[in-house]
This record gives sequence, C-alpha cells and structure tokens, in this order.
Amino acid sequence: MDGNATLPALAVERLSVALSGRTILDHVGFSLAPGSFCGLIGANGSGKTTLLRSILGLVTPSGGTIRCAGGKPGQAIGYVPQKIQFDPFMPLRARDVVGLGLDGHRFGIPLPNAARRARVAAMLAAVDAERFADQRVGDLSGGQQQRVMIAHALIRAPKLLLLDEPLANLDLRSIAEVVGLLHRLTEKQGITVLLSAHDMNPLLPVMDQIVYLAHGRAVSGTVADVVRGGVLSQLYGYHIDVIRVHGRVLVVAAGGVEAQDGSLLCDPVHVAPIP
Amino acid sequence: MFSSFMLNSWIVATIVAATAGLVGFFVVIRGASFAAHALPLSAFPGAAAAALLGVNEIAGLVGFAALGVLGINGFSRRGRPEVATALTLVLLLGVGTLLLSQSRDDAQLVYGLLFGQVLGVSRAEIVPIAALSAAASLATLMLLRPLLLSAVSPELAQARGVAPGRIDIAFLVIMALAETIALPVVGALLVFSLMVGPASAARNLTDRPWLGLALSVGLSVVTAWLAIALAYQTNWPIGFFVGGLGALAYAVGRAVRGAKS
Repeated sequence: MDGNATLPALAVERLSVALSGRTILDHVGFSLAPGSFCGLIGANGSGKTTLLRSILGLVTPSGGTIRCAGGKPGQAIGYVPQKIQFDPFMPLRARDVVGLGLDGHRFGIPLPNAARRARVAAMLAAVDAERFADQRVGDLSGGQQQRVMIAHALIRAPKLLLLDEPLANLDLRSIAEVVGLLHRLTEKQGITVLLSAHDMNPLLPVMDQIVYLAHGRAVSGTVADVVRGGVLSQLYGYHIDVIRVHGRVLVVAAGGVEAQDGSLLCDPVHVAPIP
Repeated sequence: MFSSFMLNSWIVATIVAATAGLVGFFVVIRGASFAAHALPLSAFPGAAAAALLGVNEIAGLVGFAALGVLGINGFSRRGRPEVATALTLVLLLGVGTLLLSQSRDDAQLVYGLLFGQVLGVSRAEIVPIAALSAAASLATLMLLRPLLLSAVSPELAQARGVAPGRIDIAFLVIMALAETIALPVVGALLVFSLMVGPASAARNLTDRPWLGLALSVGLSVVTAWLAIALAYQTNWPIGFFVGGLGALAYAVGRAVRGAKS
C-alpha cells in the first residue's frame, strides 16, 4: 500500500437496507476513486435517496459496510438534499444559506467575524454566486438556488459531496451550468462527487463512473462498461436495450414489462417501452 | 399614564413584548402560527385550575401549556402538526370549560385571561414574568442558528447533526413559555397577534435574518407601548390595540416589500 492515494473516497460493500419491512437496497457494492465524478442513476423509487442517506448515516443499514475517507459524515461529507423549497417569505439571503453551512449547527449568538465573512465570500465566488449573494434566496431561480446549496454543502471543505436529484426541475441551461460547476470542483479541488439522477444524459460528458440502481441492486463501473443491454438486462431481470442516438443514451425495456412493473416505466426518458 | 401605578405595566409589557418579538420571529419563519395560536388557548384553563386548587396562576398556566406541548408533540406525525394541534386545543379547552364553570368568579377571570389586563400589574407579578421571559429568550438565543437551519430544511439540519425533532420540541417549549407569561397581560386571544404581527412585518422589511429578528423585537415592543398608551387614553381593551397595530405593521411590511420588488 502506498498511502491514501489508493484508498477509495467511498467504499460501499454488500449494503442492504430495509425500511418498514421492505427491502430497499440489496447487497449494493461500489467504490469511488478520490476526485471522481459519479452518477447514481436509477428510476424513481429505485433506492437512490436511501443509498445517499445511508452514506450520510441517517439510515441504519440491515447489513454491509460503508467506509468513507476522512472521518465523520458532518465534516467529511457535504450533502445537497432533494427538492429544497426555499420560502420566499423567509428573510434569508444566498449569503446566509452558505454561512449556515459553516456553523448552522452551532449554539449561541452568531457574532460578526471577518474570517467567517471572507470564507463565505470565497465560497460564493467558487460557485459563481456573487452576483445574487445578497438577494433573498427564495426569489432566486432553481439553478441559482442549486449553486447556493452546493456552496452550503462545500463550505466546510468536505472530501465527498452527495447530491440528491439536483438537476430535477431545472431547465436545460441551468442543468449544464450546475453540471459544469460540479465538474470544475472535482477537477480543481479534488472533491469526489456522487450525484443521483433519473436521466444520465446530462452527465455523460463529465461522468467518470456510474452506479446504476434497479430493484435495490446495483452495477457500477464506467458508462461504457455498465450501460449495455446485456449488463442492464441482467440487473433488471428482463430484456433491456440500450440505444445511442445523437449522443444521447436511451435505456429501453422490451414490451410487456409494463404490466409486471408499472413503477419502472413511469419515467419515459429513462425506460421507454417499445411500442 | 407614567405614574408609579402604571410603572409596573410598562415594565411588564416591555419584557413580554421583547420576548414575543424574539420568539415570534421563529414562529413566523418556521410556520408555527397555528401552534402559537393554540398554545395560549390551551393554557388559559390552567388559571382556572390554579384558582380551584389555590395555587399560583402562572403555575397553572405553565402546567397546562406543558400539557399542550406534550399533546401537540405526542400526536404529531412526520412534520404535520396541524391535526395534533387542533386535537390538543379541543381537549384542553374542553377541560378548561369544565374547570372555569366550577370557579366562583369565572366571568371576570375568563374575561381577564382572554383579553388581558395590563393596567394594574402588581410588583409581585413582575418577578415570575421576568424570570420565565429570560428563560425563553435565553433558550431562543442559544438556538438561533439551529432554529434557522431547521426552518430552511429539516433534512439539511439532520445532515448537520441537528435532530429536527428535538429542535421542534425545544421550540414548542420556548413558545409555550413565552406565551404563558404574556397571557395574563395581553390575553389568550391576542398573545398570538403580538407574536405574529411584528414578526411577519419584520420579515418583509429586510432580507437579513438577524436584522429581521432585531426588527421583530423592536416592532413588538413599540406595538406594546403604543397599545398601552392607547388603551390608557381610551379605556378600551389593550387586546384591541395589540391586534390592530399588529395587523397594521403587517400591512406596512407587505407594502414595503411590494414597493421593493
């Protein structure tokens, strides 16, 4: 062994999680190299949020291990939860949200502090949010709010950043901006990113690795290795075709699947039945 | 109206209003207005219980407020406290009706508790009010950032090691304390307006959270002072002025925010 360079940023082994008696994750295993950008791809209800919450320590697994480089989750892992709705009636600037990422868990009266102010300003600059830093966060666009949330999650300099569906409900331009920003952060600051999404296409240019979830089971590797008809057919347990067209990937389930498992087909971009 | 007879009223009103402004800011941004409305109404039968048992009125109020907190928290499921709050309110009000019917001078007691009696506060009443206000204010000041973070998103707070459930209970207790002490002064029906009016105006006047908090305290104190002065001059109930000025402050706040955007 030659030190930390070979240790994964995150190692998940045989992770199983059951919630209210239902198996959500079933022997899921993968590991992420430090500084890599990984997409956690799966349909709605495939267990993406449960997997991220398990990594954060908010869900107790029924089996398996999760190891993460760099200590306790609060410090070592940044987290952007799903569907944060900022209340436009709350007096709260983008700058304040980022500051809460630094010391929002602390007790006592927050006193003015030049070092803290500088750190918040630097973080806002890093996510290109200076222009709207003093605006009320509830009045910002979805893409701007995601950048603020990323700054909130990153201000304590975690090694690993988890994002739960950060691209949902964003327009195409904002999606490109957020993905580009996350890519820069992995390149420049060596942060490992694990981002969940139901559509892998916006991530194709930047993904080093993919973890593909279906029915609580996972396959992982490079996109070229994983996103193939044979591999996904085995994962889903029925025939899957992968079609590459205009630089996009379409994952298509064979007809007749719908009747067995309607939930899987509710997202036409992800899994479209053949007519 | 600045005679020594009135001095206690000014002191008590200032303490009560400052606490209400501080706690009320979080009532408003956390969307806890219904609980803030229900808690004093649940607590006020406690005064009747205290009268029947021959114990201190404040003790009775605090006791019933505690039952209110336990009820709201106990019946709540997954951040949907409305039904639990309503159920608790109905239960305690029901018990309160019975208790009040048993007490001898019920009409006057009920009137005072519902509408407040700030004129003629005795010196002995100041001490428990000041102590409980200080406790509620100190607890709020200690929890400023976790209260704000969990108001933004309980999930974010949880990821940072702040248990949102515990913050919810702590805030219910703070709210119950702050309202209980304000109740004999402002009245059960209008404690709530002193908490919600100035705070909801403040959140429209600034985008900065801690400035908003300070404005909420300031507006609340000014509201209480004006209400006392007007109640003294007109001999109308103070609750009317607290409610009216609260609504006015809110309208001004909305107009300012409307003009800015």
